[in-house]
Amino acid sequence: MIEINNLTKVYPARTHPVTALDGVDLSVAAGEVYGVVGRSGAGKSTLIRCVNLLERPTSGTVSVAGRELTALSGRQLRAERRRIGMVFQHFNLLSSRSARENVELPLEIGGSLTRRERRARADELLDVVGLADRAEAHPAQLSGGQKQRVGIARALAADPHVLLSDEATSALDPETTRSVLRLLKEVNERLGVTVLLITHEMDVVKAVCDSAALMREGRIVESGTISDLLTRERSELARELFQLGPAPEPAGSESGSESESAPTTVLDVTFHGDSTAQPLISQLARTYSVDVTILGAAIETVNGQTVGRMRIGLPGRFEDNVVQVGFLRERGLNVETVVPETVTPEAAGPETGAPGNAAADSLQEVAS
Amino acid sequence: MSWSDMQPLLWQASLETFQMVGWSALFTVLIGLPIGLLLVLTDRGALLANAAANKALGTVVNVGRSLPFIILLIAITPFTRGIVGTTIGVDAAIVPLAVGAVPFFARLVETAVREVDRGLIEASQAMGASHLTTVRKVLLPESLPALVAGLTTTVIALVGYSAMAGAIGGGGLGDLAIRYGYQRFENGLMIATVVLLIVLVQIVQLLGDFTAKRLAHR
Repeated sequence: MIEINNLTKVYPARTHPVTALDGVDLSVAAGEVYGVVGRSGAGKSTLIRCVNLLERPTSGTVSVAGRELTALSGRQLRAERRRIGMVFQHFNLLSSRSARENVELPLEIGGSLTRRERRARADELLDVVGLADRAEAHPAQLSGGQKQRVGIARALAADPHVLLSDEATSALDPETTRSVLRLLKEVNERLGVTVLLITHEMDVVKAVCDSAALMREGRIVESGTISDLLTRERSELARELFQLGPAPEPAGSESGSESESAPTTVLDVTFHGDSTAQPLISQLARTYSVDVTILGAAIETVNGQTVGRMRIGLPGRFEDNVVQVGFLRERGLNVETVVPETVTPEAAGPETGAPGNAAADSLQEVAS
Repeated sequence: MSWSDMQPLLWQASLETFQMVGWSALFTVLIGLPIGLLLVLTDRGALLANAAANKALGTVVNVGRSLPFIILLIAITPFTRGIVGTTIGVDAAIVPLAVGAVPFFARLVETAVREVDRGLIEASQAMGASHLTTVRKVLLPESLPALVAGLTTTVIALVGYSAMAGAIGGGGLGDLAIRYGYQRFENGLMIATVVLLIVLVQIVQLLGDFTAKRLAHR
């Protein structure tokens, strides 16, 4: 539904130009909810604004519903924009208009309906977003969550095939965020609208997205469907979705280290699909007569699928636990060795994924 | 001078003031509103960004703003004659009044329209609106309360200017005050004129404030 090819955006500046997008490729399938996450300044806002060309990319192409927007004339582009709804972080409702009149605005711009039809359509949409009784209210009389519901109704008014959400829940409290996200998901399922959203909150991705991409410094560093990401080895996104906290202190826990008396191998195990329902840890303990220590766990439902991560400790060095790790991997679990944070990325070697950890931690800072 | 003597004079002068202020205010809006809008729209980063046009327009407005009205009144007499065919009377006064008020109002329009959140312009563009539609459906309605407040200030300034226009035979309350009150020491009439002017300004201000308040949904 949305195809972005090699998109670049450079903001010219006299001293040093800023590259906001650096060769971004993105493909959003029809009917899915796609989330782009990243810390502020990663370029995600520029990316979503390039989709309806509020921002003109420096190079690259954007196609929505099979039409290459970057190749269109002004008039043609305006016609295409009418089929792309957009929801904003600060709602951007007209204070001079009532909720109903705000929803009518895109229909007035489209110009194909009569006054009566516009009103009927606006009332219908206000009903969809649960604000039928607030049609006469002006934005100043509405709460943040209600304003965003009006914003969503407005974005849907012209019957779009794509909905762009630019940090739609970032100005809302957690409770309201959840209800607005539920609404977005409902809209996606009931009306079949493809949703592309950007956010800095992992919870948003967890709550509604079918697919996700992680952005950093103007590039997409990882992307895929959520279930793909969870099965992928050392996925940064999966790690971020189910945070188990920083790696434990090195005292007596460093895998492969000779210095401590009782070494422990710390593993992060990702469950997904059928494996969640099976007593695998208990099986592991019984089969190999090992004592399994549970150091942390996060189990949640993502898109109706139970997934989770668990951090466990096994006695002995990694070399002593190869069989046990194999047992878990054989049963479809994703197993990663956790390396204590004091180990520098260079020393840790390519297997550890420590550089990803560092980046993930910085992302965590921004999100919190 | 008795009240019955003053009454017809005051009535006539008030009528002339209304005519001058009313017509010049109308032309001020018709000309000043587009100029004010263009000042915002041609600014850097705006819909019709054009540095040269913006600078040129800004300069013209500043020149208009910097001329004292009494000088402008006399300086543009050839222009006034060209438009209305005469340089005296109510009709002739409307021209310099409008010319003087247009740059003033244009700046007020500029300030009002600039206050509209950029996000709203973006939302309008995202909905596929043309520039003209964005102006009509978003910029003007959203800045309307501030525009009304600006118009109120402009009309009050015009009432003041119209007193000076009386000096070139425009008539009106100001002219009456100068001819009878100042030149003939008719203190009673002088006071009556001043009271009328105060009442007029009060009514305009109250009406403007009320309308602006009604329009604002904050």
